[in-house]
Amino acid sequence: MALPKYTETRYRIWHYFYIAICTFVFIFLIAPLFVIFPLSFNAEEFLVFSEGMKNLDPDAFSLRWYKDMVYGTKNPWGLAAKNSFIIAIFATLGSVILGTVAALGLSSRHMPFKGIIMATLISPMIVPLIISGVAIFFFMAKAGLAATHTGIVLAHIILGTPFVVITVTATLSGFDHSVTRAAASLGSNPVNTFMKVTLPLILPGVISGGLFAFVTSFDEVVVVLFLAGLENTTIPIQMWTGLREQLSPTILAVATCLIVLSTLILISAELLRRRSERLRGINR
Amino acid sequence: MSSETKQILTTDGIPLEISLKKAERKNKIKAFLLVAPLLLFLIITYIFPIGEMFTRSIDDKMITNMLPKTFKSMETWDGKELPSEEVFVSFLSDFKILVEKKEHGKLAQRLNKEKNGFNTITKKLFRQVKRNKIDETQSIKEQIMKVHKRWRNVEYWQAIKRTAPPYTSAKYLKAMDMYLNEDNKITQVSEDRRIHRILWLRTVEVAFFVTVFCFLMGYPIAHLLATLPMKYSNLLMICVLLPFWTSLLVRTASWMILLQQQGVVNDFFVMIGLVADDNRPEMMYNKVGTYVAMTQILLPFMVLPLYSVMKTISPSLMRAGKSLGGTPFVAFWKVYFPLTIPGIGAGCLLVFILAIGYYITPALVGGASGTLISNQIAYHMKTTLDWSFASAMGLMLLGGVLVIYWLYNKLVGVDNIKLG
Repeated sequence: MALPKYTETRYRIWHYFYIAICTFVFIFLIAPLFVIFPLSFNAEEFLVFSEGMKNLDPDAFSLRWYKDMVYGTKNPWGLAAKNSFIIAIFATLGSVILGTVAALGLSSRHMPFKGIIMATLISPMIVPLIISGVAIFFFMAKAGLAATHTGIVLAHIILGTPFVVITVTATLSGFDHSVTRAAASLGSNPVNTFMKVTLPLILPGVISGGLFAFVTSFDEVVVVLFLAGLENTTIPIQMWTGLREQLSPTILAVATCLIVLSTLILISAELLRRRSERLRGINR
Repeated sequence: MSSETKQILTTDGIPLEISLKKAERKNKIKAFLLVAPLLLFLIITYIFPIGEMFTRSIDDKMITNMLPKTFKSMETWDGKELPSEEVFVSFLSDFKILVEKKEHGKLAQRLNKEKNGFNTITKKLFRQVKRNKIDETQSIKEQIMKVHKRWRNVEYWQAIKRTAPPYTSAKYLKAMDMYLNEDNKITQVSEDRRIHRILWLRTVEVAFFVTVFCFLMGYPIAHLLATLPMKYSNLLMICVLLPFWTSLLVRTASWMILLQQQGVVNDFFVMIGLVADDNRPEMMYNKVGTYVAMTQILLPFMVLPLYSVMKTISPSLMRAGKSLGGTPFVAFWKVYFPLTIPGIGAGCLLVFILAIGYYITPALVGGASGTLISNQIAYHMKTTLDWSFASAMGLMLLGGVLVIYWLYNKLVGVDNIKLG
């Protein structure tokens, strides 16, 4: 972003002002995540930087909150993590299967009532979560699924499928349908064609939709707050209760782990996006 | 004759037109069958329960079912003077059934909501019925009126009659701080009890300003990301995408740490001498906290649509504008800015829709003056258990969101939603 030599002073000033604003916004976006990192290694119980930490004294840092997270007595995090992963994995599977199949139908040019069906399918993404929570709670309570894993998994499938539908339809929009016709003309049945030809080509879209569904489920708290009993506690629920009652450094240790996890997810999502763009480039 | 010879037949001898139509219909059914599982699942578990929220929010059948005979005989009553003997007789018989089912308490509670004072007089009547003090051979009207002087007051009978319809708009009126008074006119509640209207206004206000802040902060960085060379912009994009993928609760927790009175932001303000050390401002548990945290959390939803639109604008357009004599500002305002309007629309409406239904962050950093309508819905769902009121407020919120969504669809199109 070097400026040409002939730039007038006022534009020069404006340019530096613009750069300053952008720097500020980037710091505003990313800095909060980095505050958690050092504080989770705090040797003391307070959530502020101690004098020792400011002077980089090694004694001021410790792993005690990580130990507390894993080994702490009557610690809820183990159960919460187990539940979170189980629920998120099953919810992702459900969302991916239902969403991908629906996206295949939606992308067909023969699909009747496309607009209204698409609007219905992605409505859980548009309707505020609190309303989804109330509605889903009413259903689960009636079906006797409140405070069960099944109920929460079903609820997360509802919330996760719109992401899969959107990413997979987007991938399919660049999909060359002559390859499936070629497969059919060579004697392949539709299921075989889907598994051998279509799926490998749209896989990046499917997986990135799955990642969205996973994160949605893993991070979801509003609906779970309505549905969960003591046995179904999840990481977000534990964080929510922790943040409401007292902000303990153990929460920061958990938060750090979650940031590491989200970094991994970000990297895989980016790689997938690039791969998908490359594949679509070939198809054109 | 000529048209028949031109008609093309398939190998089976069926006219091609019919054969194609058949194939078309088959394809339609095939496509629909693929969508059907998800559609059915969503309709049963999601769309239908939202409809149920509506019936729940207007449902007022409890008393209608409790006093069926009373309301039947009240049909002919003009409601001006005390009802006839017949109404009293049917009321007593309804009441006796309720006493048997031990439901008279519920009746008293609900009637007391309609008009204060029902609790006492229902209890008194209950005692009389329990002791079999009421003589069926004499005038029931006289005997009930003797139980308590309020049973002689026509206003109480009017109140009972008001509870007759099986449906009510009371919950919606309550959400707007209004109620139906004795003459069936919509009245506002007294000024010191108007809490919901403040919450609605605050919700819209917060959503609006968060959208404005997100726009003001998101536009420059989206522009920077779109114009920088790929290798720098990919790196900076992480600053947008990492918060986007990070848990909402983690981000809220970090703001709680940053904004607390001994927190990093206040430390920084003290360090640069903006505030005195002993006079650190309260930045959490109020609107400031809500604004700051929500803006940061929703900013990626503004930047991503803006970025994807700006990426498609050729830089040569700006150069052309400048070469035709426009200053950089004019070229920006007349050429670049209008081209980004679809992105602005998408980003703003996305952020606004998300902000208007926000729950977690305001509940944690908002304190009392930062709570929004969604917090109120959750409160009635979980604490007061007034589910019909929660449903009514939820549907009002949903109505607002659908209007905005419809606008979004008109301006941008739902298909243009881009993720990541």
